[in-house]
Amino acid sequence: MLLSNYVDAFTTASLGVLFKNTMIVGIVSTLLSLVITILTAFAFARLEFKGKELLFAALLATMMIPGELFTITNFATVTNLGWRNTYTVLIVPFLVSVFYIYLLRQNFLQIPNELYLAAKVDGTSDLKYLWKVMVPLSLPTLISITILKMMGAWNSYIWPRLVANDEAHRLITNGLRNAFTDTTGDVNYPVQMAAVALVSAPLFLVFVFLRKYIMSGVSRSGIKG
Amino acid sequence: MKIVLQNLTKIFPSRNKKSNEEVVAVNNFNFEIPDGKLIGLLGPSGCGKSTTLYMISGLQKPSSGRIFFGDDDVTELSTENRGIGLVFQNYALYPHLTVKQNILFPLQNLRGKDKMDKNAMLDRAYEAAKLVQIEQLLDRKPSELSGGQQQRVAIARALVKMPRVLLLDEPLSNLDARLRLQTREEIRRIQKETGITTVFVTHDQEEAMSISDMIVVMKTGLVQQIGKPQEVYDDPANLFVAKFLGTPPINVFSGRVKQGKLYIGEDAVMEFTNVPDQEVTVGIRPEGFILDDNGPLKCKPVNVEVMGRDVSIVSTHGASLNPLVRSIVNADNRIDITGDFVRYAVKPHKIFIFNKETEERIYFEVK
Ligand SMILES: Nc1ncnc2c1ncn2[C@@H]1O[C@H](COP(=O)(O)OP(=O)(O)OP(=O)(O)O)[C@@H](O)[C@H]1O
Ligand SMILES: [Mg+2]
Repeated sequence: MLLSNYVDAFTTASLGVLFKNTMIVGIVSTLLSLVITILTAFAFARLEFKGKELLFAALLATMMIPGELFTITNFATVTNLGWRNTYTVLIVPFLVSVFYIYLLRQNFLQIPNELYLAAKVDGTSDLKYLWKVMVPLSLPTLISITILKMMGAWNSYIWPRLVANDEAHRLITNGLRNAFTDTTGDVNYPVQMAAVALVSAPLFLVFVFLRKYIMSGVSRSGIKG
Repeated sequence: MKIVLQNLTKIFPSRNKKSNEEVVAVNNFNFEIPDGKLIGLLGPSGCGKSTTLYMISGLQKPSSGRIFFGDDDVTELSTENRGIGLVFQNYALYPHLTVKQNILFPLQNLRGKDKMDKNAMLDRAYEAAKLVQIEQLLDRKPSELSGGQQQRVAIARALVKMPRVLLLDEPLSNLDARLRLQTREEIRRIQKETGITTVFVTHDQEEAMSISDMIVVMKTGLVQQIGKPQEVYDDPANLFVAKFLGTPPINVFSGRVKQGKLYIGEDAVMEFTNVPDQEVTVGIRPEGFILDDNGPLKCKPVNVEVMGRDVSIVSTHGASLNPLVRSIVNADNRIDITGDFVRYAVKPHKIFIFNKETEERIYFEVK
């Protein structure tokens, strides 16, 4: 446990840039993903439109296709779009997660219908109801989604390696591998471990901070019975 | 503000595609609720009370018919814009908000000229909380309240924006007997004070009778009778209404009219001038019996229940459609049930006869 190892790790791997990139990708994709998930889940849980059930079934069906199958087509698509080596390519392809939508929709469906009616009587619009009642009541699920999404961004390896492996956009996992194995093939374990410890810290902190919300849940006893 | 219901009908389509059993929850409801009155909507479970209330609130669209608030046709107006307060059968408080936030919620949604500043909202919320006596609970969450307290929060939330119309769906169902009595007096007081036109749903006839200016008795979606509580009690339109109102309930006998005399079993209890011979159903209110050693109606005594001021005599009669006949007489009477029979005379205005098939009232004149 030498402090110098940590300093070394930080400079050799230019961890600063890697951190920054990962943060940007992680935070932006989490936020956008949350917005999309919430709105979509709301539509499937609350709104009435033609073909709702069918559309939802179709969405669920896409979960049966393994993600690896998409990699090549996605690669072709983003190359055509000229998105290689941008933040966009790291964020956009993974914004929509059917699994999260499903999770949140189930959560929304458990909120008693009377609350919606009460909110109508109290003069709220649909969107306001979503924001002021459904979202707070689904906070535990939303936080789980946030953590999973953050972790996903933090741990992603193959896709960033394929499409955005330049200095400016490299993410932390690839950065770590490159920095310590590139030149000699001889790995400086103490420094690499120090780097790994540094890299794990933010995720660890996120978890510690949000744990309280995950555990506590929100009681639903505003309803009789 | 008066509320007018015009041919109001709600039909729920059947879920099951094969059978076409649609549910007619409310069937052609016509009524003008006078301004500032409290109306009790009364009926057994599933008779369409909540559905009627939901249509007035705009939460459910009528299948046909129209609703007016004052002179405005609000049938197509959405709930948000109707300016109503509604207390749900199961409160529907927002579980993640404190009591105070729950009560503030309707105020925070006011728009345009009604928009209030923060302090005014707090004042109003506090006032509403005081009205239902929950000032000490403002910082609690609904899960930390008893059923009765939650109910009062729901009432405060409905009242806080001074609605044009207040709708209450069984607001007292979860309170204990004493609090129930107290809260219903309170609702009455608040309603009188504010002069808000109020519709109060309940299946407890006593509750409806005690606080309503008018009651509406419903059965399977159909309005049976509308009137002042006492009038409906004294003058029921049919057997259902007669049975539904009153505790203890009315005594029902099978009887027949023959040559102007009303027979219950072998006992000729009354004489009419204007009823043709036929089989009938007879209802006698418990307070309609008079102890009389020469009375025409002979019952076999079973038991005497003392209820303080009054005494209830429980007996049996061969023609009774209920297992027991219950009469209420003044406790000053010397009651002797050691004999084979107790004999009653009956008060003509406490006895009703109904068509055996249609169960509609048959009006008579006493000879
Ligand atoms: N959404 C619905 N779909 C189909 N049928 C319904 C629906 N809501 C109510 N009903 C039916 O309509 C009828 C009237 O229901 P409603 O809730 O108005 O009864 P209620 O008088 O309020 O009864 P309670 O005293 O039990 O609350 C019932 O037969 C019920 O099954
Ligand atoms: Mg009901």
